[in-house]
Amino acid sequence: MISISGQAVYMLWLREMKRTWRAKSRMIGALIMPLFFLVFMGSGFRRATLPGMPEGVDYITFLIPGAIGMSLLFSSMFGGLQVLWDKEFGFLKEIMVTPVSRLSIVLGRMAGGSTISLLQGILILLLSTFFGFRIHSLTGLLVAFAFMLLIAFTFIGLGLSFASRMKDMHGFQLVMNFVVFPIFFLSGALYPVQGLPAVLKPLVYLDPLTYGVDGLRAGLLGSSAHPPLLDFTVLAAICAGMVTLGSVFFETSDVGQ
Amino acid sequence: MTGEAMHILEVQNLTKTFKKVTAVDHVSFQVQEGELFGLLGPNGAGKTTTMRMLTTLLKPDSGSASVAGFDVIKSRNEVRSGIGMVFQEPALDRQLTGRENLDFHGRMYGMKKEQRKSRIREVLDLVELSDRTDDLVETYSGGMQRRLEIARGLMHFPKVLFLDEPTLGLDAQTRRKIWEYIRRMNLEHRTTMILTTHYMEEADGLCGRVGIMDKGRIVALDTPKNLKDLIGADVVTLEMESGESGTFRDLAFVRDLVEHGNRVSLMVENGERKIPLLIAHAAKHGIEVSSVELHKPSLEDVFLRFTGATMRDREAGDSEQRRMPPPWGRRR
Repeated sequence: MISISGQAVYMLWLREMKRTWRAKSRMIGALIMPLFFLVFMGSGFRRATLPGMPEGVDYITFLIPGAIGMSLLFSSMFGGLQVLWDKEFGFLKEIMVTPVSRLSIVLGRMAGGSTISLLQGILILLLSTFFGFRIHSLTGLLVAFAFMLLIAFTFIGLGLSFASRMKDMHGFQLVMNFVVFPIFFLSGALYPVQGLPAVLKPLVYLDPLTYGVDGLRAGLLGSSAHPPLLDFTVLAAICAGMVTLGSVFFETSDVGQ
Repeated sequence: MTGEAMHILEVQNLTKTFKKVTAVDHVSFQVQEGELFGLLGPNGAGKTTTMRMLTTLLKPDSGSASVAGFDVIKSRNEVRSGIGMVFQEPALDRQLTGRENLDFHGRMYGMKKEQRKSRIREVLDLVELSDRTDDLVETYSGGMQRRLEIARGLMHFPKVLFLDEPTLGLDAQTRRKIWEYIRRMNLEHRTTMILTTHYMEEADGLCGRVGIMDKGRIVALDTPKNLKDLIGADVVTLEMESGESGTFRDLAFVRDLVEHGNRVSLMVENGERKIPLLIAHAAKHGIEVSSVELHKPSLEDVFLRFTGATMRDREAGDSEQRRMPPPWGRRR
């Protein structure tokens, strides 16, 4: 029988909030990169129109959902990989020796990580109003939130899978360079994927963030490359898979030696 | 299992192998409720591995163990609720305060708010940390962190508290303080305690019974007094430049003899009176003695007698042993 302890999930979430609040500067630091992309690429390519960009949308507006997707991708992966820090500082053992089910531990981490990611995504959204971004419908905004949640859970699941199979923090940079950056560049966050050469297309459609960013564009700009419902269905399926994978890997991992 | 119910801990042929090294090799012992039981041995003897199996963090290859009436393999969650654990390496969240670390622990064990509040006060009082309750743990000294971990181990009223090298890397004064807390918790709260140590004075002074571990096996198990009585008399250790130490067996008053390296330890009564006789015997048999040492038997001598090596030799010689974790350092 698998039981979920609400109190434990809440406690793990609360811990994440406290730690983040105490390291506010890190959270603000995490916003810098997406903002740089917005400011520099957005203004540099201001006049650019790329094939595949929706009609009447300038590049910076096109870029805003991409920047939100980027911030969600990085913070969620980071959230999942947090397990490595707990391993490094020994706290994971304290968590693992408690009578709380492994599922509750995974859920607590998901809850904490997704809250932080979502907050960052919302902050980028708010800041983007300075670049002239306007929300045009409440439904669109809700659609965007739904996609933000899915992106967050997907990549926390992925981060958790990696963290559960890694012994220490040495692999962290590798995951960042060889997993996170390709996911980011292939997702169409910076440019319409239509422009990519055909050999890369299969990878583009394997990339969960492709559907996430497209869904965010559907919600925030009102136009997207694929029907939003398709984006949602595919991403939801990948998300469920990733969360399951992360939980299974975490539950079967050995806590250090 | 009514007949065995008095044993709060029951270990039967517990075995664990890592790759080719058998870390724990058919270990069996029992501990009664309220006991303060110690596993003494050099690093790499298998103490920590044993403890990890007893606390459900590691699955045994074979054998069985039950803690507080529950099997450590079949009823992991029940075992976990009944025990407390103080790890060898720090396991605190340094970005949280002392109180928050304890509160986290209490919630994970399903304690109610009021109960948590009063218990936090109680355990912090016990380890004398009440004045640092709301400071971040990263500002604590190594000894204070250790005390907080002990307090945390007790937080949820465990039936058995496991302590893995509770005083590793601490200075003498802090160590004595920790011994005092452990003793008090054991006496006043009747909490059964299982600790591992490679400090023999810790095992000797603190534990009611001691299991001596070497190379994954328990080689002797009894009260420290009984163990030392096995040696009986005094221990005279001779460092020899040359010669055959076996000839000392010819002397009637030598009860037992253990050779280790270029030394030989002889168990004799009234050691101070036997030294001249031993020297004379050495001279007659062409043994060159470079130093003589006399002491009352310690658990180290018991270890030597059962394993033929000193704990120090073992630690220095076994380079393939799993590496020691860093002592209470501050890592970021």
